[in-house]
Amino acid sequence: MTVDTPSAPITRVRRWTPVSLIGTPATVAVAVGLVGLPYLIGLATIYSMIDLFIFILLASMWNLLAGYGGMVSVGQQAYIGVGAYALVVLADQVGVNVFLAIPVAAVICALLAFGISFLAFRLIGGYFAIGTWVISEVLRLVAIQAPQLGAGSGLSLFAMSPFSRDLRVAIGFWLALACAALAVLTCVLLVRSRFGLGLMAVRDDSTAAATSGVDVQRAKRFVFVIAGAGSGIAGALIAVSSLNVQPDSVFSVQWSAFMIFMVVVGGVGTIEGPILGAILFWFMREALADYGPLYLIVLGIIGVAFALFLREGIWGLLSRRGRLSLFPTGYSVTRLR
Amino acid sequence: MNILEAAIQGVLLGGLYGLFAAGLSLIFGVMRIVNLGYGAFAVLSAYLALALTRSTSMSPLLALLIIVPVMAAFGFVLQRWVLQRTLDPSPLPSILVTFGLAVIVENALLLTQSADQERLTLGRIDTQAIQLGEIRIGVYPLAVFVLALVLLGVLSLVIQKTGFGRSVRAISDDPGTVELMGIKPKRIYAWSGAIAFGLVAVAGVASGIQSSFNPSSGSLLLIFAFEAVIIGGIGSLWGTLVGAMVLGVAQTVGAAFAPSQQLLIGHIVFLLFLLFLPRGLTGKATRA
Repeated sequence: MTVDTPSAPITRVRRWTPVSLIGTPATVAVAVGLVGLPYLIGLATIYSMIDLFIFILLASMWNLLAGYGGMVSVGQQAYIGVGAYALVVLADQVGVNVFLAIPVAAVICALLAFGISFLAFRLIGGYFAIGTWVISEVLRLVAIQAPQLGAGSGLSLFAMSPFSRDLRVAIGFWLALACAALAVLTCVLLVRSRFGLGLMAVRDDSTAAATSGVDVQRAKRFVFVIAGAGSGIAGALIAVSSLNVQPDSVFSVQWSAFMIFMVVVGGVGTIEGPILGAILFWFMREALADYGPLYLIVLGIIGVAFALFLREGIWGLLSRRGRLSLFPTGYSVTRLR
Repeated sequence: MNILEAAIQGVLLGGLYGLFAAGLSLIFGVMRIVNLGYGAFAVLSAYLALALTRSTSMSPLLALLIIVPVMAAFGFVLQRWVLQRTLDPSPLPSILVTFGLAVIVENALLLTQSADQERLTLGRIDTQAIQLGEIRIGVYPLAVFVLALVLLGVLSLVIQKTGFGRSVRAISDDPGTVELMGIKPKRIYAWSGAIAFGLVAVAGVASGIQSSFNPSSGSLLLIFAFEAVIIGGIGSLWGTLVGAMVLGVAQTVGAAFAPSQQLLIGHIVFLLFLLFLPRGLTGKATRA
C-alpha cells in the first residue's frame, strides 16, 4: 500500500535531458576530434572543409536573425564583404597581426551592423529584406570604386605568405573550426539566457513581448549586431583561406540564398537545424557545383519545397517537432507520478 | 540646360519604375507580402517577348498581347495555389518562397539563354526624339511614361470605383472582417496577383526595349521598384509613382554630375529618404 506524500513534487523540471546529456558531449568530442584531421587526410578535403565550417557559422548567424529574432535579411553579404576587406586591409596595409585582425574585423562589422540597424529597422517584413540587400549593394558599389581597395578586381592577401601551403590550409581549417564552434556556443548560450527567452517572445509576438516588459528594439538590435559580427568573421575567414577578396564574390546576394537554404532545409529556429543544413548544403555543393545554374535551380526547388511543405526542416522531423535537443537549451518537464 | 534635360529624362524613367513598383505596392497593400521574385519575372517577360519577336518577327508591342495574359494567368495560379500557402503572420514563408522562385527563374534563364546582354527593339522609334529648343526628349521614354500614367490611372479607378476595388480596399484595412462579410479573400488575392503579374509583364517588356537586359537583371529591377515604393510611401499608388519619379530624377541628374555613379546616387537618395522621411512622401502610416 502506497501513501501519497503531498510534499513531494509531481513534476520535475530539468535543463538536461538524456538526449542532450549524450548529444552535447558528443558534439564537443566531434569538434575536438576534428582538430586532428589535418594530420590525417588530404589537403584538398581539408581545404574544402574550411567552407563547411564557414557555412555552419553563416547558417547559425542567419538562424539567429530569422529563427530567433524574426528578421529575414537578404543582405548579410554586406558583413561578409566588409569582414573580408577589413581583414586584408588590417593585415596588409595597417600591419595588424593577421590572427588578431579576425576579431578586429568582427568588431568593425558589429559597429557597422549597429549603425545599419537604425536604417534597416525602419522597414518591416519583406521590405526589411530588400532594404538590407540595398545597403549591401551600396557597400559593394563603394568597394568597386575605391582604388585603395583594388577597385573592381579586389585585393590579394599577403599576410599569410610566411606560412607553407600545407600549414596555411591547416591554419585556415583550425580557425574556421574554432569560429564555427564559437558561433554554435554563442547561439546555445544566447538561447539559454533570459535574453534569449525575451527574443523568442519577440519573434512569436512582438506586441505581447513588449507588454511583458521586453525591450523589443534593443533585443532585435543586439541580435542584428551579433549576426553582423559573425558574418564578418565568415568574410575574414574567406579572405584567409582564399587569399584574395573579390568584390562581386564577397558581396554576392548568393551568400544570402545559401544561408536561407541551409537554415530552411535544416530547420529554422533550432540550434541543430542550421548545422545539419550546412552539412547537407556542403555535400550537395561537393556533388553538384560543377553543374552551375542547374545546381542553383535544384537548390531553389528544394528550398521552396521545404518552405511550403516542411517548415520545421529536417531537424524538426528528426527531433519529433522539437522534443529532442542535442543541447540543453530548453526545459524538460517529466511527470513523476 | 543639361541638368533640365537630365531631370526630364529622370521623370520619364520614373514612369517605367512606377510600372514596376505599382504591382509590388498593390500586392503589399492587399496581402502584406513582398514578392522578391518580382524582378526575375519581369526579366522572364522580356525574354518571352524576345523569343516571340525572334521566332515570328512580330513587334514587341504585339507580343505584349500574348505575354500579358499569359503572365497574368501565371500570377493568378501562383498566388492561388502556391503563395496562398505562405500567407502567415510571419513574413518568413513568403520571403523564402518568392526568393527561391527568383533564384529558380534567374538560373533557368541562364541555363536556356546566354548570359549576354539582350535588347528588344521597336525599330526607328528607339532613337527618335522631340527637339524642344535645346532639350531633346526621347519619343519612346515619353510613350512609356504616358502608358504608365494610363495604366496606373485605370488601376486606381478600378480600386476606387469597382466592387473588386472595394473588396481590395476592405481587405487592405481588415481581412478578418471582410471574411465575415462573405467575401473570399483568396479570390481577391489571386486576382491581385494576376493584375500585379500583368503589370510586371508590361514593365519587363517596356524596360527591355528601353535598355538591355540579361538573366541577372531582375534583382536591380526589384530594388528600383522597392525604392520607389518606400520613397513614395507604402500604401499609396500615386505616391509610388511620385517615388519612382524621384528615384529616376536622382539617377539621371546624378549621372549628369558623375557619370557611372547613377546607381549609387539613386541608392543614397533612397537611404536619405529612409533616414529622414521613413514614411515616404505621402506619409501614410505603416502597419506592422
